[in-house]
Amino acid sequence: MATDIPNLFPALPEIFLALVAMALLMLGVFRKAESTRLVGHLGAAALVAAGALALAFGGLRTVTFGGLYITDAFAVFAKVLVFGASAVTLVLAVKWLEQENVQRYEYPILVLFAALGMGAMVSANDFLSLYVALETQSLSLYLIAAYQRDTVRSTEAGLKYFVLGALASGLFLYGASLIYGFAGSTNFDVLARGFVAGEPVSAGVVVGLVFIVCALAFKCSAVPFHMWTPDVYEGAPTPVTAFFSVAPKAAAIALFLRVMIAPFGDLLAQWQQVVVVIAVLSMLVGGLAAIVQTNIKRLMAYSSIGHVGYALIGLAVGTEEGVSAVLIYLSVYLFMNVGTFAAILSMRANGRMVEGVADLAGLSKTRPVMAAAVATMMFSMAGIPPFAGFFGKFFVFKAAVDAGLIGLAVVGVLTSVVAAFYYLRIVKVLYFDDPADQFEPMPPQAQLVLGITSVAVVVFFLFPLPQVVVAAGNAARALFGA
Amino acid sequence: MTALVFYVFAALTVASGAMVVTARNPVHSVLFLILTFFNVAGLFVLLGAEFVAMIMVIVYVGAVAVLFLFVVMMLDIHAVTLRQGVLKLFPVGSVVGLVLFAELTLVFGAWAWDPNFAQIASSPIPPVSELTNTEALGVVLYTKYVYLFQLSGIVLLVGMVGSIMLTHRLRQGVKRQNPLEQATRPIEECIEVKKVATGKGI
Repeated sequence: MATDIPNLFPALPEIFLALVAMALLMLGVFRKAESTRLVGHLGAAALVAAGALALAFGGLRTVTFGGLYITDAFAVFAKVLVFGASAVTLVLAVKWLEQENVQRYEYPILVLFAALGMGAMVSANDFLSLYVALETQSLSLYLIAAYQRDTVRSTEAGLKYFVLGALASGLFLYGASLIYGFAGSTNFDVLARGFVAGEPVSAGVVVGLVFIVCALAFKCSAVPFHMWTPDVYEGAPTPVTAFFSVAPKAAAIALFLRVMIAPFGDLLAQWQQVVVVIAVLSMLVGGLAAIVQTNIKRLMAYSSIGHVGYALIGLAVGTEEGVSAVLIYLSVYLFMNVGTFAAILSMRANGRMVEGVADLAGLSKTRPVMAAAVATMMFSMAGIPPFAGFFGKFFVFKAAVDAGLIGLAVVGVLTSVVAAFYYLRIVKVLYFDDPADQFEPMPPQAQLVLGITSVAVVVFFLFPLPQVVVAAGNAARALFGA
Repeated sequence: MTALVFYVFAALTVASGAMVVTARNPVHSVLFLILTFFNVAGLFVLLGAEFVAMIMVIVYVGAVAVLFLFVVMMLDIHAVTLRQGVLKLFPVGSVVGLVLFAELTLVFGAWAWDPNFAQIASSPIPPVSELTNTEALGVVLYTKYVYLFQLSGIVLLVGMVGSIMLTHRLRQGVKRQNPLEQATRPIEECIEVKKVATGKGI
């Protein structure tokens, strides 16, 4: 029985990543432990190349593998963010692993597989391919959370993430099977044709949809499915936390957008309230719970929960403008978080890592440049103009106001004020407290990343913002054009 | 004839299933479990589902049951002490069983079959005379679902890499046998010829 070979070009970034990951695995196996740096840097280069491949081959909407896989401007936008963030955090991680003397070549390999899963996630056009991609990503993430297997905190983080992640996967599968049972297909295009805005849908589809929203909210750590985030972020090795807070988060939110808009866009009335509640709770918990944190990694965990809340405002709006605002927000968020974690990864005093907020005290006197860069990041996260964070929030709130969700925008602005308190508290610790132990010099990689991101955050409205706005607009149009 | 074979397999399945629960020695329980799996595989063959039968033998007997056997042998379980509370728990257990049975009866009693059920159920599959089950599965698995198949392969690879990463340790000071080194050792390193004078030691 002869069959045509499916069109492989749209999936080129994923195929390339899979091949590179397996080749690097072989390289690592034969060269043993000292190959971590080589494997890590080659892996980062492969991630950059995969992002370039996505840009080069993915512009037009193409569906392949019998409707299981889709590439369009939206997928390309998300993939460039995800692969770029993975590459930068991987380079930072390799340096950190060397400093802590825990290098193993499996780390870059697992990051590559996780990135492969994330790429497949944002390109999924069917619940089947979505589930398999989600598991590829999650399994790799559970493993790198437990990477430092000799420390209790890291193994605890891995186990906790695994158990709760498996629960979320179960919720997702249950929801997907309900939708399959009541709507008759798992394919997003077929599902989208089956739903018409304003017409009644069967209760089974709505229940399934709610289960899927819960599972996706878990994956992007939105309240009330955020319980794992602070513990995992605190327990996992710091470079893993840096990776978790950018790439998987961006991929999960992009996936959330795709699943809600592509097949269920016409059911906006059914899922809008759920997403509004999730967004409001995330902003509140992210803002209030972060105030009492003394560990910087835990603080960043709550900060990321808050940011997910703001991003979800754009989804709750459910318009093209809203989706484009979420994508802009994600790009800004990645810049800020990568920079902040480059600084956190360099918090070494007296030969060991420190992670307390108090350890940053008086940094302006001991390391003035680093302190200035961190302060810039904090101002940006708080959303103070003209820094990048302001524009991220601006577009999201504007989309909400334009769509008439003024209450949601007001809650967003109020919680931003609360969040600004703890971001500015860090600035106060940096500049006005008595100096704590001096940090060791930052590694050159971290210097470069922190330097580039802090400059980017300051001049964001000049350089990447106009381009990001255009690209995000195209991506949002592609998602709605389907 | 088919009916006779069915009853033999069915009776053996139920009987060995009962033995799994009642055997005194946990190792015997696992062996009876394997017998149950074989009989179930026989039932599947009778249904014309030879692929499921093969999977039953390969996965359940070949992997799961052997794993059980390892666990049972390693954990040193005392079946007698485990079974001490049985009489006390028996009423509760039987109530749960009865409820489940009643529910199943209700489900089958109220089941409304689609009049075109037989046609719908067989429509995606070509007739058995043209294509066996295994071939039919292979045809869709490696064409229509090749993407999922490959991606699942990657999930398994990640699982393998991860379990090695989390458990493998390089121990120092372990004496490893290297057959190649042993075989290629020059004779002078291994044997020393000594002249031993009569009546004296070395």
